[in-house]
Amino acid sequence: MINALGQPQTVLLLGGTSDIAQAVVAAWARTCRPLVVLAARPGPRRDAAAARTAALGLGVDVVDFDAEQTDEHPALIDAVARKHDIDVAVVAFGLLGDEEQAWQDHDAAVALARVNYVGAVSVGVCLAEVMRRQGHGMIVALSSVAGERVRRSNFVYGSTKAGMDGFYLGLGEALRGSGAGVLVVRPGFVRTKMTEGRSPAPLSVTAEQVADAVVAGVARRAELVWVPTAMRGVMSGLRHVPRPLFRRLPL
Amino acid sequence: MSELRTLTGWGGTAPTVAATLRATGSEVVAAVRQAGPRGLVARGLGRSYGDPAQNAGGTVLLPVPGPIDVDPSTGVVRTSAGTSLHDLMVELVPRGLFLPVTPGTRYVTVGGAIACDVHGKSHHVAGTFGRHVVSLELVTADGSTRTIGPDRDPELFWATVGGMGLTGVITRADLRTIPIETSYMSVTTTRLPDLDAALDAMRATDQGFTYSVAWIDTLARGRHLGRSVLSQGEHATRAELAGRAAQRPLVPPGNPRLAAPPHVPGGLVRPATVRAFNEAWFRKAPAHRVGEIQPMPAFFHPLDGVAAWNRLYGPRGFVQYQCVVPDDAEETMARIVERIAGEGHASFLSVLKRFGPGNEGLLSFPMAGWTLALDLPAHPGLADLLESLDELTVAVGGRVYLAKDARLGAARLREMYPRLDDFLDVRRRVDPAGVFQSDLSRRLEL
Repeated sequence: MINALGQPQTVLLLGGTSDIAQAVVAAWARTCRPLVVLAARPGPRRDAAAARTAALGLGVDVVDFDAEQTDEHPALIDAVARKHDIDVAVVAFGLLGDEEQAWQDHDAAVALARVNYVGAVSVGVCLAEVMRRQGHGMIVALSSVAGERVRRSNFVYGSTKAGMDGFYLGLGEALRGSGAGVLVVRPGFVRTKMTEGRSPAPLSVTAEQVADAVVAGVARRAELVWVPTAMRGVMSGLRHVPRPLFRRLPL
Repeated sequence: MSELRTLTGWGGTAPTVAATLRATGSEVVAAVRQAGPRGLVARGLGRSYGDPAQNAGGTVLLPVPGPIDVDPSTGVVRTSAGTSLHDLMVELVPRGLFLPVTPGTRYVTVGGAIACDVHGKSHHVAGTFGRHVVSLELVTADGSTRTIGPDRDPELFWATVGGMGLTGVITRADLRTIPIETSYMSVTTTRLPDLDAALDAMRATDQGFTYSVAWIDTLARGRHLGRSVLSQGEHATRAELAGRAAQRPLVPPGNPRLAAPPHVPGGLVRPATVRAFNEAWFRKAPAHRVGEIQPMPAFFHPLDGVAAWNRLYGPRGFVQYQCVVPDDAEETMARIVERIAGEGHASFLSVLKRFGPGNEGLLSFPMAGWTLALDLPAHPGLADLLESLDELTVAVGGRVYLAKDARLGAARLREMYPRLDDFLDVRRRVDPAGVFQSDLSRRLEL
């Protein structure tokens, strides 16, 4: 259960090895001590993530999860939910890829769409079913400002995030009255291993800042948060910039 | 027919959805037999602050008031578990009878009062609500209806008293009453400048009164730390009444005339406003006044005068923290008050009381000692403060009250309730499949 102060007992991390997922674990380790279910592909990265979580003094469970293997998702999420209520599920997996390759290389484009959109929709449907049955729970979808107004420089990634963002906002509406809720988190540029080597955009944030926003958002049952919060104003401005001008902006 | 509803406790935190059902008699048995994998729990009027009367994804039975039968020869009243103490008092008071234990609100059900083993201002003399239960009827997980009491399956009885609804559904109870001459109270009020004075006064004078409680200003610091107004009373006799009250000495309680508006923005209850309120309230109290005649509702249930006052805390709700520490742990109580005052969270007048001895209830809260209850606006930042209070409490063998709690973890519960394993044994005996479940039972692994 999530208690009166917004502290969960069990957290499922889908894409549990990502920097943001790990930062979320660390943030909750400071406030409450939830059991963490790390869902990720088996391998040294997952082992390391599990070891880090255990080192924080939290209970860890690992399950095999591949975002692209959507056929396996229903059984997998159901199995987790049968062991313990899923109080919070964080949809933290995602690919960034090379932007220019992404729209010219068929395989790369399809992989991005499959992981970031199809995979996200797949787990979203499964989580919604489980949480409706539970009568409570929070799904946290890690979206991106890149999906708010898709721009030339990373439009394949941006379009997948636009899709998943729209799906989860809609899912939140559909789940009203069920006890379950959806929190869509829209970070700006996050300095993580996924963005390593890229020059940070203005208003860039750390994984820890995103994690703090997730923890605070779950506590107040928020539906949409921007990280940093100033990003909301910036993006709402950018959204209305005419196309010919938008094209020329160094974004 | 069941209806899906979003439920919270009185604190308005942690909403969850359950299939709700109004059931009496054989319908209760049917509901218990048909309970799904997420089980069932009975709910009263939702006055527990946290999550004991919620059951996410499962079934929640809503209360149904029933007939009230008084046996004039014994003074024992028989009623359904879904009957409120308010309705009971409306029936009892004109007959010159009253309940020996009444909590801070009369809008609780008999079933809820037993399941939480509630206490009131008379605890140091009369003990808890459970002590005055002659017998009760319980529908257990196997669908059978058992009549239990302190002398009939005492083990199950004392697991049910204070058992938070996890041993079965209480459907009926026989309760002892006390005779009263009037529906008025003769009240002695004493203003006490600091915590030491408050504790000393209670220790020295409580035994002279049936009812005693102190309202404490937990925002006052320094030399005012723990300043309190002690309110002690007895049922007024006819001889003490004058004027209109004397002509009509037994007036049943009325319903609230005021109600909080349905939507209140957050942030109304903040340190500055609360500090000002507490200050004004302390100053208006008399230094010492003896024998003031007050109507019973004003003395026992002042907050019942405003319906849905919990909404004043806004959409994020509030938590109540109530702990008890043993008699000799005054030092710890002082540190707890100090810690709360130091943080400066917005806590309206809090309550300080000296309990009498505890009872056989396996999860019953009271123990001989000092109890403090305070309301705080819910905020993630409260976690550290409340955990530090838990730590102070546990270190001296104290505990927190499950009817108020909304955030404790399973490990802490074990440290606080030494008879927890006995409770779990009874639960395994009467409910091996875990039919009775609540958000609280999942949170605390009960």
